[in-house]
Amino acid sequence: MLRVENLTVKFPSRFGDVTAVEDMVMSIDVGEIHGLVGESGAGKSTVGAAIIGLLQKPGYVADGDMMLGDTDLRRLDRFEAHALRGKRISMIFQDPQTSLNPLMRIEDQLIETILAHEDISVADARTRAVDLLDEMGIENAAARMQSYPHQFSGGMRQRVVIALALCTNPELIIADEPTTALDVAVQSQVLDLIRRLADVRKVGFMLITHDIGVIAQIADTVTVMRHGKMIENGPTAQVLGQPKEDYTKQLMAAVPPLDRKIARFKVPDEDGIITPSEARGNAAEAWLMRGIKEDPIGLTLDQVNVAFPGVRTSLWKKPDPYVALRDISFDVKPGTVVGIVGESGSGKSTLAKTLTGLIKPVSGTMTMGGAPLPGGRERARNHPSRQLIQMVFQDPFSSLNSRHRIGAILAEPLWLYGLETDKDARRKLCIDMLSLVGMPPEAIDKYPHQFSGGQRQRIAVARALLARPKVLICDEPTSALDVSIQAQLLNLLKGLQAAFGLTVVFISHNLSVVRQMADDVVVLRNGKIREVGASETVYTTPTADYTKRLLALTPVMPAAWRA
Amino acid sequence: MVYFIAKRLIQSVFVMLAVAFLAFSLFRFVGDPITQMTGVETSVADQERLREDLGLNDPFVYQFARFTGDMLQGDFGFSYRTRQPVAEMIATRIPATLELGIVALLISLFVGIPAGVYTALRPRGVATQAILMLTLVGVSIPTFVIGIMLIFFFGVQLGWLPTFGRGGTVHLGGWETSFLTVDGWRALILPAITLGVYQLTLTMRLVRAEMMEVMQSDYIRFATARGVPMGRLYFKHALANTMVPVITIIGLQFGGVIAFSIVTESVFQWPGMGLLFLESIRFVDIPVMGVYLVVIAFFFVLVNLIVDLLYVVIDPRLRIRDVS
Amino acid sequence: MRDFIKRYEGLYLFSRSPAVIIAAIVGLAIIIGAVFAPWIAPVNPYDLSSFSLMDGLLPPVWEEFGTERFLLGTDDQGRDMISSILYGARLSLIIGVSAMIIATVLGVGLGLAAGYFGGRFDAVVMRIADIQLALPAILTALLIDGIARGILPPEVQEDVRVAVLTIAIALSLWVNFARTARASTFVQMNKEYVQAAVMQGQHPIRVMFVHILPNILGPLLVIMTVDLASAILLEATLSFLGIGLPADSPSLGTLIRIGMQFLLSGEWWILWIPTLFLVALVVSINVVGDFLRDVFNPRLR
Repeated sequence: MLRVENLTVKFPSRFGDVTAVEDMVMSIDVGEIHGLVGESGAGKSTVGAAIIGLLQKPGYVADGDMMLGDTDLRRLDRFEAHALRGKRISMIFQDPQTSLNPLMRIEDQLIETILAHEDISVADARTRAVDLLDEMGIENAAARMQSYPHQFSGGMRQRVVIALALCTNPELIIADEPTTALDVAVQSQVLDLIRRLADVRKVGFMLITHDIGVIAQIADTVTVMRHGKMIENGPTAQVLGQPKEDYTKQLMAAVPPLDRKIARFKVPDEDGIITPSEARGNAAEAWLMRGIKEDPIGLTLDQVNVAFPGVRTSLWKKPDPYVALRDISFDVKPGTVVGIVGESGSGKSTLAKTLTGLIKPVSGTMTMGGAPLPGGRERARNHPSRQLIQMVFQDPFSSLNSRHRIGAILAEPLWLYGLETDKDARRKLCIDMLSLVGMPPEAIDKYPHQFSGGQRQRIAVARALLARPKVLICDEPTSALDVSIQAQLLNLLKGLQAAFGLTVVFISHNLSVVRQMADDVVVLRNGKIREVGASETVYTTPTADYTKRLLALTPVMPAAWRA
Repeated sequence: MVYFIAKRLIQSVFVMLAVAFLAFSLFRFVGDPITQMTGVETSVADQERLREDLGLNDPFVYQFARFTGDMLQGDFGFSYRTRQPVAEMIATRIPATLELGIVALLISLFVGIPAGVYTALRPRGVATQAILMLTLVGVSIPTFVIGIMLIFFFGVQLGWLPTFGRGGTVHLGGWETSFLTVDGWRALILPAITLGVYQLTLTMRLVRAEMMEVMQSDYIRFATARGVPMGRLYFKHALANTMVPVITIIGLQFGGVIAFSIVTESVFQWPGMGLLFLESIRFVDIPVMGVYLVVIAFFFVLVNLIVDLLYVVIDPRLRIRDVS
Repeated sequence: MRDFIKRYEGLYLFSRSPAVIIAAIVGLAIIIGAVFAPWIAPVNPYDLSSFSLMDGLLPPVWEEFGTERFLLGTDDQGRDMISSILYGARLSLIIGVSAMIIATVLGVGLGLAAGYFGGRFDAVVMRIADIQLALPAILTALLIDGIARGILPPEVQEDVRVAVLTIAIALSLWVNFARTARASTFVQMNKEYVQAAVMQGQHPIRVMFVHILPNILGPLLVIMTVDLASAILLEATLSFLGIGLPADSPSLGTLIRIGMQFLLSGEWWILWIPTLFLVALVVSINVVGDFLRDVFNPRLR
């Protein structure tokens, strides 16, 4: 049905044309779900945008053929292309929160779309809209249709988005990361819906995603892309199960499994990066050993509650506080890794901020190595925990001050805590620390924007270590990274933890990642602990229903596909 | 929703009280009211008696409360300069300024919004570049220079339009309007354009910036991907979303319109509140200055309350609580 | 080369925008002329002995009766127009720049602190800003001027005119800075590098000025140029209204007000030449400001 051959997309720039997609070949049949997988910058979304004719300006299709049935998509003029959008090809975007016009009722958006393409009465269009929402699993559709987008939850909104994409019966739907912004349970429902639509309505889907688990679960065929080029394509089981190309093999090796813990991912390091093992035995390592290894310390939380003032909606009533964490109690044993898993809104980031003293709990006690750990502003700026607890953040693009050189960023903890008073010695130590996390010494005079996300995350780890901490809190440290970079960073963190006996609190929404890191696991939901236990036990024989459901619904590859 | 409006109301009352306090402090502390009211020949004893009669020896808070109370009842005191009641002086001047301001604001909206939309949708067009350059010059020419230039070309050189005063006006109850005579309209054109140009450029640039931002948003891209007709896409989807921030700024701009009318009124000898204010500054006529301040703040607060209500009408997120 | 261009993107874009280059040159020329007015200007217009009524109302050199002694002609007092304009621009710039600097320091300080500490402090600052907004810039400036007239004894009034005018303009412009600084600070506060600094126990002053401030300079720089233009316009407007500077030490606005008397007679240069200078100065500042806005906000380019 859709046939793409030799597609080349270019973006003119000051330095000549940048080729975003080159010689892309793919085809999608009626009722087929075709996965398009690759890491960021692979050009997946560009392919989708080129097909539907919505390339970001000034990008253009430089070469190749795109045929939808008998229609040559490249020969359409502006108006024909717009008439075809929605009618024959439609699209689903990543974030349902922002895909709907906030000022229009769902009903108006649906009817408007139907009437744009079909010459039927408003009443007929409304009937079709109700039926469609019904089919998407929205109860009491006729009444719910009168609502505005903000009155729906995230999962419901994505159903509305799908209904909008479907309401004119297109042959092809391009779904660009349709479940990335959703929680596991909702993701599984949306994926089921897509599968059903492909089977029953015979809609062809182009499913763009970075999540190999999702592809493995529902795609019939798959194309692997890298740097704008097609690497490998074919039936999913064949491409992912018996990959022919090295790149596909590496990609598969980097995916963390849910069912077991592996010691080290077999991934090559980024070009130009020193392998941490080479740097072993340098001055930074010895410096850290002196400070940390001797006696590791643990953390305890006892009945910790965190609440935020609610949003005021009445002049007279005091708003109910929003309880972010309720009766949180658990121990982090010295020198071990505790994993915290939970979906969005479970309070896991609040927990990190509470531990680091950015948020003050309303009740409960925290201790560090037996001594009380005050919360929020009660924790003095010179409290020992300021040095002993350090954090690695989620977003590598905002966790380093873009106006400071790496050298200044790294040296900050050294003088702040008086760990090293001599300027030259500080610089020497920073360089050694950089090589310990696998970065070259030249990095010290550069600015953060000169590095990739993975490299910045390494620098962030170096900054944390330069405080000579005993506790490291990692809040989703890999969720902004591609899977191969994630594997490298996990390798690094595992190595450092083992070498220095660090106590680590590792927070992630990704169950598979947490499994690779954690000795013990805490499962959070809506601010409450659902299950605590040794990692092995929780993953193999979960007791809480919620944990069981999470584990069951997480998309995974069949174990047989693993090398 | 009720809470949202109530909150805004309370904030408005707060702003009004603060401005009233400012006006009161002006009256009370800038120069001695008694020396202003009496001549040199008044004896010290008489001055003291007057001071006592006016309650100027009472506690400060009490005086302020009485000042505010009087204002609420429409008693604004007397001008030092003309010895007339300030309320009367201001009231006769309000229509001229309001009519001028409203026409200027309408000019800025009816030209500024379409121009903003056009330049946002055709960001690389030649016309767009020309309009943008022109607006840049527009914001850089002081209002009074625009006024002088208009007077010079249309008044002096071409002799088409009058260059000062309101022309023919008609009394409607207590309201003196220029809207009902040809003469009145002719006299209104130049000052209104003068006052409107600056606001127009601001409106246009704001609409353009917001519109370009909205055109990048996911819901516009999604609507494009569904093949929603272009006309609806631009005006129903994009422009409506653009209006939410634009309306706020227009509310704030109204203050600017009133303030710059001081300049325009001075250039065109337009007999409005601004001219009165200028005169009272020259003569340090504190009561008139204070009351002018309060009246301006009142209009500003009123317009912004209306803007808040419009907000609620446009944006369902303020009207209807979400389910979660 | 590629790295170089990326690094100095602003410079590169500058070299590609003829309008901006012209504006920068014109603006700089006027500014240099104004700064060095005492050395450049043919005569000192403040010095009563330097001009005589005999030379009154002479047109510019290229008109009939123009003389090379007065390139741009003279006013009714016989003052050399070039000298008046250069000294006037000097005064306009001194007031504009000092007002802008005062407004920046006040506004950025308050805005940064409001954004950083939030809560009650923020609420108070923002309520004051609200009140300030209800009284637009020109009104505030007029008002402060009026108060100064009421409070200060007449004999010192002339001496402090420049200071009063500067403060009046500065107070009417600080809100812009405060609101922008506060909004940008809020954005930065959610960035993880700020959280990292706070968590490490760094002093709030250090976090605000060493970490946050360099990251919000872009939008502030834009406001600074826009407000410099506003300050100059405001000063000109006040002087035009006859409330700013007196005729014996004229700024550009005062010169235009004087020129207005000749609107209907033939001596066009007394009105239009200072007007042209003022507009050229403000247009070039605004063009440069607009360019900076584009550089710092590439999305709208």
